[in-house]
Amino acid sequence: MTTPRSVHHLALASVVALFAGGSAGMALGQEAKVVKLNTTADHTKFKELQRTFASGPEVTQACLQCHTEAAGQVHRTKHWTWEFINPASNQKLGKKNVINNFCISIPSNTPFCTSCHVGYGWKDTTFDFKSEQNVDCLVCHDTTGNYRKLPGLAGNPVAQDMEFPAGSGKIVKGIDLGAVARKVGKSSRDTCGACHFNGGGGDGVKHGDMDTSLASPDKALDVHMDASGLDFTCGTCHKASSHDVPGSRYTPSARDTKGALVRGREGDDKRNPATCVACHDNTPHKKEAGLNLHARKIACQTCHIPAIARGGVATKMTWDWSTAGKLDDAGQPILRKDTKGRVVYDSKKGDFTLGENIVPEYVWFNGEVTYTLLGDKIVPGDEPTRINRLGGSAGDGKSMIWPVKVFRGAQPYDVANQTLVTPHTAGNDDTAYWKNFGWPAAIKTGMQTSGAPFSGQVGFVKTEMSWPITHMVAPKENALGCADCHQAAGRLAGIDGIYIPGRDRHALIDLAGWAAAGLTLLGVAGHGALRLVKGRGRAAQSGASS
Amino acid sequence: MTRRVYLFKGFERFWHWAQAALIVFMLVSGFEVHGSYRLLGFARAVQLHTLAAWVLIGLWVFAIFWHLTTGEWRQYVPTTDKIVAMVRFYAVGIFKGDPHPFKPTSLHKHNPLQRLAYLLALVVIGPLIWISGALYLFYGDWGALGLANLPLAWVAWAHTAGAFLMLSFLIAHLYLITTGHSLTSQLRSMITGWEEVA
Repeated sequence: MTTPRSVHHLALASVVALFAGGSAGMALGQEAKVVKLNTTADHTKFKELQRTFASGPEVTQACLQCHTEAAGQVHRTKHWTWEFINPASNQKLGKKNVINNFCISIPSNTPFCTSCHVGYGWKDTTFDFKSEQNVDCLVCHDTTGNYRKLPGLAGNPVAQDMEFPAGSGKIVKGIDLGAVARKVGKSSRDTCGACHFNGGGGDGVKHGDMDTSLASPDKALDVHMDASGLDFTCGTCHKASSHDVPGSRYTPSARDTKGALVRGREGDDKRNPATCVACHDNTPHKKEAGLNLHARKIACQTCHIPAIARGGVATKMTWDWSTAGKLDDAGQPILRKDTKGRVVYDSKKGDFTLGENIVPEYVWFNGEVTYTLLGDKIVPGDEPTRINRLGGSAGDGKSMIWPVKVFRGAQPYDVANQTLVTPHTAGNDDTAYWKNFGWPAAIKTGMQTSGAPFSGQVGFVKTEMSWPITHMVAPKENALGCADCHQAAGRLAGIDGIYIPGRDRHALIDLAGWAAAGLTLLGVAGHGALRLVKGRGRAAQSGASS
Repeated sequence: MTRRVYLFKGFERFWHWAQAALIVFMLVSGFEVHGSYRLLGFARAVQLHTLAAWVLIGLWVFAIFWHLTTGEWRQYVPTTDKIVAMVRFYAVGIFKGDPHPFKPTSLHKHNPLQRLAYLLALVVIGPLIWISGALYLFYGDWGALGLANLPLAWVAWAHTAGAFLMLSFLIAHLYLITTGHSLTSQLRSMITGWEEVA
């Protein structure tokens, strides 16, 4: 029943609402509840999370009470399995299987590498890949920035105060997992970046187009992720469905001809949403329509990522493992830094070179990537062994010109068997290279873990690995200009199979052309000179005769 | 004693000089696009070269219309009349101060070698440049035109070859205008329309 007083209040409220421009619904005088508009659930209110957690799996068990299918979804992804069978080549890839020329390989170093696994407890081959509670929800969904996984702990977070590294006397404080769990949210540049910015063992080491400068980039560094502008997260482009994050370095989309993604259009749900074309279409240049012709053969990234490592974080360009193991006079490992404080020699790892604002190299790329895997025969020599080989050519109808970071190095191999090797580097034991500095023992242990033969003869082979570049997209005014490629010594000087005006010419036509013009000039000059001489002669004659 | 003939009408002179300026500009910008030197910058050179091409196409539309409607196209019909005399004049007579063997009239403005040279420019250099140039301009539509398998290099080579021929033509032409009845009589006639004939 409504009292006269409340009627009066209602009337007053509606007048106020009217003056305030409020809607009729607001006229009831009940303020709409303040809610977070980006989610329907406030995890701080979940009773399952009003407790302390002693370990990661305990948190996951709580998550799974509501998100019943989440762990199963994660189980199907590369983030969990670290394994990927390339359907085109049948090569068995994935972090678990490939060898690179950074930290080389994972087997026998697993508990260190798996600090970047979306799971808990993967320390060796006994890890249970079917365990739901071992899925790490927090590593991707943390919003506090307090969740960390340290190397050597097999992907477990520090839940209680502990000495780290063991024997160092330094105490790492335990993380309040409950507080992290009550603040979960969508993935962010920080959560993805915790691993992907640090690939290769440190900030910016591996990719060149991904480092911590992208956690909060300005527009010049990344026009999409610009923290005070569009503020894209990784997931804005790598939009996941069922926890399966699209975008792959094993089967990249080198060429997308299908235009912008359209909701409901048949097949579009199966396309990679992380390509430029998925939003920008195949003819993105509106004012300079001529540039759309370029987009038929040239990946957007080629012009729109003028350089990598632009955010102030250097990326590694070379890594020579063959110089590792030098010790100082006291028998201690050496750490040498350059003037900017970057490590350029480490006894554990050898010599490095680093660089910022690196101009990428350019290649034809059709999306096919072939790896040199453990057991594949290699041919050491002046020609480097390709850790991965990017397929592509001008004429295959599938390739685009792509920017790549080419990472060059030298790494141990089995001289007798002519194969790459998987050394045991990390660990506090008798054979780990980083503790003992002995290659044969480290490689023997590693190869045993990998189940591969090792002759005991260690050599070093030159290697190259190519990383297609796709992040750090610059604003359009910073994109490459015509003359960056349309000249003899331009960026695409090494790209074959196409005619680039300003770069290319037919030597014979040019020679014949300049010769024709030159001879014509010579001819008319001779003719004119002769006229002049003869004319003077006649003038002199007529002058003499008069 | 000299007489004056009115050889080149207003439109003709405008056409000639506009075309001359455009061709010189297109040679300059074109060889920059070709990578022979840097002057305007590649982007600007391409842009202005393309613009000049369209202007020249427009000019040609008018010029062709004018030639057809006035019958002036007949000026380019080749003839053998006096051709030997012309060759002998350039090769021998000009050095001896012999009189020019060809007396232009409004019906025969060009000497037989000029006729031949301009006709060659019209049927060889012109088409070479224009067909290759048009293909270049419409590179984006080759697929739709059924030319998807045409290598761009061929078109570029043809266009470059045409440009070199045009450059050679221009050099010869610039010199040969001094070989009229006097050093400047031909140049003056293309400016004023009137030529003094001996």
